[in-house]
Amino acid sequence: MVGAASALYAARAGLDVVLVDRGPVAGGTTGAGEGNVLVSDKEPGPELELALLSGRLWADVAAEPGVAKAIEYEVKGGVVVASGAAGLSALEGLAGRQRTAGVETVPVGPDELHDVEPHLAKGLAGGVLYPQDAQVMPTLAAAHLVRLARGAGTTLRTGRPVTEVLRTTDGAVRGVRTPQGDIHAPAVVNAAGTWGGELAALAGTSLPVLPRRGFVLVTEPLPPRTVRHKVYAADYVADVASDSAALQTSPVVEGTAAGPVLIGASRERVGFDRSFSLPVARALAAGATRLFPFLSKVRAMRGYLGFRPYMPDHLPAIGPDARVPGLFHACGHEGAGIGLATGTGHLIAQALTEKTPDLDLTLFRPDRFSEEGV
Amino acid sequence: MNERPHLAVVGAGPAGLAAALAAAGRGVRVTLIDSAAEAGGQFYRQTAAALGARRPQALHHQWRTWERLRDGLAVHIEAGRITHLTDHHVWFVERHDAPRGADGADGPGRVADGAGGFTAHALLGPEQEQPVAVRADAVLLATGGYEKVLPFPGWTLPGVVTAGGAQAMLKGGLVLPGRTAVVAGTGPLLMPVAAGLAAAGAKVAALVESADPRAFVRHARTLAAQPATSAAKLAEGAQYAAELARHRVRTLVHHTVVAAHGSGRLEAVTVAALDGDGRIRPGTERRIPCDSLAVGHGMLPHTDLAQALGCRLDGLNVAVDDEQRTDVPGVWAAGETTGIGGAVLSMAEGRIAGLSIAARLDSRTPDVRSYQAAAKARTGLREFFAALEAVYAPPAHWTEQITDDTVVCRCEEVPASAIREAVDELGAGDVRTVKLLTRAGMGWCQGRMCGPAVAGLAGCAPEPSRRPFARPVPLGVLARAGETDDQGNVTAY
Repeated sequence: MVGAASALYAARAGLDVVLVDRGPVAGGTTGAGEGNVLVSDKEPGPELELALLSGRLWADVAAEPGVAKAIEYEVKGGVVVASGAAGLSALEGLAGRQRTAGVETVPVGPDELHDVEPHLAKGLAGGVLYPQDAQVMPTLAAAHLVRLARGAGTTLRTGRPVTEVLRTTDGAVRGVRTPQGDIHAPAVVNAAGTWGGELAALAGTSLPVLPRRGFVLVTEPLPPRTVRHKVYAADYVADVASDSAALQTSPVVEGTAAGPVLIGASRERVGFDRSFSLPVARALAAGATRLFPFLSKVRAMRGYLGFRPYMPDHLPAIGPDARVPGLFHACGHEGAGIGLATGTGHLIAQALTEKTPDLDLTLFRPDRFSEEGV
Repeated sequence: MNERPHLAVVGAGPAGLAAALAAAGRGVRVTLIDSAAEAGGQFYRQTAAALGARRPQALHHQWRTWERLRDGLAVHIEAGRITHLTDHHVWFVERHDAPRGADGADGPGRVADGAGGFTAHALLGPEQEQPVAVRADAVLLATGGYEKVLPFPGWTLPGVVTAGGAQAMLKGGLVLPGRTAVVAGTGPLLMPVAAGLAAAGAKVAALVESADPRAFVRHARTLAAQPATSAAKLAEGAQYAAELARHRVRTLVHHTVVAAHGSGRLEAVTVAALDGDGRIRPGTERRIPCDSLAVGHGMLPHTDLAQALGCRLDGLNVAVDDEQRTDVPGVWAAGETTGIGGAVLSMAEGRIAGLSIAARLDSRTPDVRSYQAAAKARTGLREFFAALEAVYAPPAHWTEQITDDTVVCRCEEVPASAIREAVDELGAGDVRTVKLLTRAGMGWCQGRMCGPAVAGLAGCAPEPSRRPFARPVPLGVLARAGETDDQGNVTAY
């Protein structure tokens, strides 16, 4: 997704772009995502600024002919709910800080929760509505951004693993090697997501990207607007920000344009283990049915898993790598890569064309870890 | 400590039954879990008792073998050695890593496999909503296979049924799918289906088989290399051929159905001859009036439970060793799930698995001599069916017949044009990406029906898709799966 967006904005900035993937379009974490375009789950700071920029850019892309429908773009809004008084006061505190940073927030009292989301469990303490939260179907979003990028002159090369990053004698990047031939370019953007650390290593440098596994359950199709928003429990934000490797699950429930409800979210650092875990599925189902009791009669049709690109400080790497001239990074967005893709692509295009970026990239510097000796 | 080791067998078809009988006969306590109302599986599908069929054996071959299995099962059930759970739909088999605790950890069998045992999670009842959990020391997956059907224009018309579906209607309900039938596709199932329909009173207008007779010649060596196997199978084939001749059924070899026609329901099919490359031979199209079309292109193995357990696959089949063990300790597999090969092969594999399980749960190595005959039959039948699979192939260029408006995924109503667009314009190169871009395979059947067709249209090899749940499971059941509480909702055998 981030690669697709980077190609799109770079091509539209007038650059000659070749988009290379070892698999098909959206074959990595993108195809296993939920398509979150969120501001609600972010503390004020650089990531929230990137999310606000990205949200505006998603709206711009979606306004192009046919795109909104094709990528199932929907500004559905997010609802964060708290079950008890302590959780609610923490949530209200966060919402206050987010409001100062430019996020729209609407407090929802316990009596109003069912007007906002009719099937929610009874007895919840209250919540906050975030009207700016949006959703896309991630695979379609990536594929259609690639389509737009190709319209702007990008060449797409799928099924080509990068086996080597080509460099000049003074260390600058001059292209990549694939089994089907070399591709020469004065700049290479690493948008390999969870596998970004491997690509960085091929370029002779390092990036500490680790996989953080997540499961999603998918239900049978339900009538439109049964679940109207992205609904999640207040402790989700704490889980997102946590550094723990152990399993964490907090219920995240949302409807989709096609009818099925998606149920997340689990986080655990177990490497690239693809085996299905019944305990995780059980925890997700339990959390979802606690938020929406009617779901206990609804059937889970399938489930899928993916590996979020986790960075030790939860911030992506965006911009030039000072250690390798010509190498740029656009990866490490953890679970927010779909939402943050447009802003990232836009900033990368600005960096590639040596324009002043719309956001200060200092905190996203890819080489920030090497100084700390990581 | 006297507790006998416990085996859960998933599937009561020929493989599951043979394994259950072999294991129970050697002291293993067996729970046989099956989704049907009666044992027998697809091959020995039983006529609903209420219909009072006087001569059900007329619909079945190898009736005596079935009687032996059925009577053996009854004896073991009576003696309490086998528990037969009918109408139980297994949606997941859970493997417990840790030993089960003081009372069970050092019981029989657990030493052999080192695992903490298994729980088979099933759904019971007409709505498949009641959870049932079966704890076991070992699991045999005998989940069988399902029919492969490739699409063609008009295949969604009422009146078009699968070949296996037509046979199931005959065996289970004694009903005919129509008065004038065409049987088409490829595979050894087509002849018995055509013969069965004709015997039951339908006019079978044609049997349309796409296999190239020259392929039989190419594989004649392998097909003849196992004299016993081939002789039996040839005799079987000759018997069907004679039945078809008696009913004056026209057989069109190296032909294919080009399209089905009808307004509202099936009225006719167009069939055509194939050329040496597997393309339609122009000018050979002819229209055959009919009100039912039974179509099938072979079988595919059910591997969902095995995959969710982490068992290695060999191509599309569950990989097993000489004892029918998968690479997951404590999990055996037998029958069509390890490779399509019919009832006799399934029984041989089931017997070997049952004997292996009984020995391994008793911390012994099974005596190869105890299943020598079954192992010999297995070798011969596997080679024979591998050759058959090479012979019975859909036309090489079948996707060229698919018009853009042909619905490929029926659950999600995805036309061929959407799949072609995903590949040509959106950068999909594999079944998974096509599915995500088009929703093909995301519906109720989870791609079991359209998987091979989508792979063919996308121009890639069919790949086993990962389905964590073998059946849809209510979230309320999933949320409590594995709880052994005292609220009465979860039963553990």
